[in-house]
Amino acid sequence: VEAAAISTGERSFLERSPLARLPDRALRYGLTALAALILALIVYFFIRLVGQARPAFAKEGVVSFVFGNDWNVSAEHYGALPLLVGTLITSALALLIGVPVAVAAAVYATELCPLRLRAPLTLLVELLAAVPSVVYGLWGIFFLAPKLQGAEQWVADRLSFIPFIGGGLVTIPNYFITGLVLAIMILPIVSAISREVMSTVPADHKEAALGLGATRWEMIRVAVLPYCRSGIVGGAMLGLGRAIGETIAVTILIGDAPKLGEHLFAQGYSLAAVIANEFGEAQGVHRSALFAAGLVLFVLTLLVNAIARLLVVRAARSKGSGTGVQAAGGMSSVAGAAVGA
Amino acid sequence: MSTQGTSAAQPEAAHLERFALSPARRRKDRLARGTILAGTLIALIPLALIVYYLLRKGLGAWSVSFFTTDPTGNTFFGGSSIGGIKSAILGTIEIVALASAIAVPVGIGVAVWLVEYGKSSWFAHTVRFFVDVLTGVPSIVFGLFVYIVLVVGTGSTYAGYKGSIALSLLMLPVVIRSAEVILLLVPSALRESALALGAPRWRVIFSIVLPTALPGMITGVLLAVARAAGETAPLLFTAAATLKTSFNLGGFMNSLPVQIYKDVTSPTTAVVNRAWGAALTLVVMILLLNLIARLIARRSRLA
Repeated sequence: VEAAAISTGERSFLERSPLARLPDRALRYGLTALAALILALIVYFFIRLVGQARPAFAKEGVVSFVFGNDWNVSAEHYGALPLLVGTLITSALALLIGVPVAVAAAVYATELCPLRLRAPLTLLVELLAAVPSVVYGLWGIFFLAPKLQGAEQWVADRLSFIPFIGGGLVTIPNYFITGLVLAIMILPIVSAISREVMSTVPADHKEAALGLGATRWEMIRVAVLPYCRSGIVGGAMLGLGRAIGETIAVTILIGDAPKLGEHLFAQGYSLAAVIANEFGEAQGVHRSALFAAGLVLFVLTLLVNAIARLLVVRAARSKGSGTGVQAAGGMSSVAGAAVGA
Repeated sequence: MSTQGTSAAQPEAAHLERFALSPARRRKDRLARGTILAGTLIALIPLALIVYYLLRKGLGAWSVSFFTTDPTGNTFFGGSSIGGIKSAILGTIEIVALASAIAVPVGIGVAVWLVEYGKSSWFAHTVRFFVDVLTGVPSIVFGLFVYIVLVVGTGSTYAGYKGSIALSLLMLPVVIRSAEVILLLVPSALRESALALGAPRWRVIFSIVLPTALPGMITGVLLAVARAAGETAPLLFTAAATLKTSFNLGGFMNSLPVQIYKDVTSPTTAVVNRAWGAALTLVVMILLLNLIARLIARRSRLA
């Protein structure tokens, strides 16, 4: 009788009433809609940004907008090459200075330092991330730049035989000082990701190297660094993304001169800085040109970050273990969050 | 370390000699370790310098009136008449509070969806990819987005809540990713036992999963708040155009980072000093948030 009731009845006694199932459905569809909303939002933003940038692209042409070497607001010429070059030079400098230091700090913290020092050391490097970018700008322009001007001039004079680096007159705001401050700003994230990746190196590998008679340094060179290479490169790329998008510190430090600087210690401009600096007063095509600069910046960071994620995730995945994937894929985004912008 | 075994006291010392480290390798090891240590110390120098300068310059600017007056004073006469940073502090708190009120529920909602429903479907992967894209977007581009949609789009002008929305976009990926990592750590045995007892899915999420993950999620949220509080660029053309204290998020609103940015570019020494004082205030606020986040993370039973 019971079996019949179950098969012929409207619903099994284990089944919930349609009314009781309602909150479940609502939650499920509600949350799915929320997730879909994020996707829609990004696509919508991108389309609107392209729409706003169109007048500038129409006036200058896409190629001559991006690679035209003439940013002259009063003459209504908008060629973003000086901005693009400023962004690329300062970011490259940041990588050149910041990554070796960050990796050294990570190696020291994971392999060489006394266990007791490891946590405080990690904390100190990550504290750099708690400093807002406007404070870096303030500190850079009023402390670091004036203090280093003499040294920069000395280097520029000694290296005057190298085109682009030496020879010129050093100004207080310049490409080099911007790159240097950016290097400090990307230090925590590059170091945090390098550390995460280094902590996934199996102890077996390290012990095998030591057991074969390797010195500490040889162990680091043959067991740790090769294992972490793509993770470190990925971390560096994430740092590069940060440096490219950094706005306020760069605006304060780069000098905001809308032309190509003649040498490393001259003033320049960057894509992000031009938006922050000129947007308030911009009208018409000028404003559209700034949106276009934002679009170029957006696409640039998108490319760099896509490559970075690919490298970090692949580094973690090729090492097999699930914890590795989480360490480099998931946790590093937490670490990345912790070491904020 | 392993090489120190070749002590002369042992009888085998003579033939162990050939296992000893050659001077060249030893030198190389010392040199490399020294370089790494030097790199680490170099990494710590900027922090020391920044903290030192912030304290030296910032504490000098601090006074009671610094925190209780608005920066509306006349800057031409210099001195103490330039005013403090009350409106900037309150503005930052208001803008960031509203940004958190938007970003936290949405972010945790998306994270719950990713962990409980989306899992590894193609749609969930797409959402994760787009969240990663959001992480990499420069903050000034968020400012542009919000400007296009809420200032150009509505034909109105700047407002505090528009700045909040820009900041909430910035916080979203941080909240989502950190909450997702924590939610994944909730043991599935907890979920399964609740389901086996007959609890519907939504009860499992609200009564089991979220409370278990709460401390860890708070950590992520506080870190996101700390990140948003220091952002200048997205506020420049969404919220900031005033000096007076305002409690109306529909109107113009001052904030600490924007106040600092404006003061940095001033030629007046007193105004620059106010920037140092404001910078110290901002850094202290952000450090406190970071500290609380770390303390909660340490207490969390997960992770």
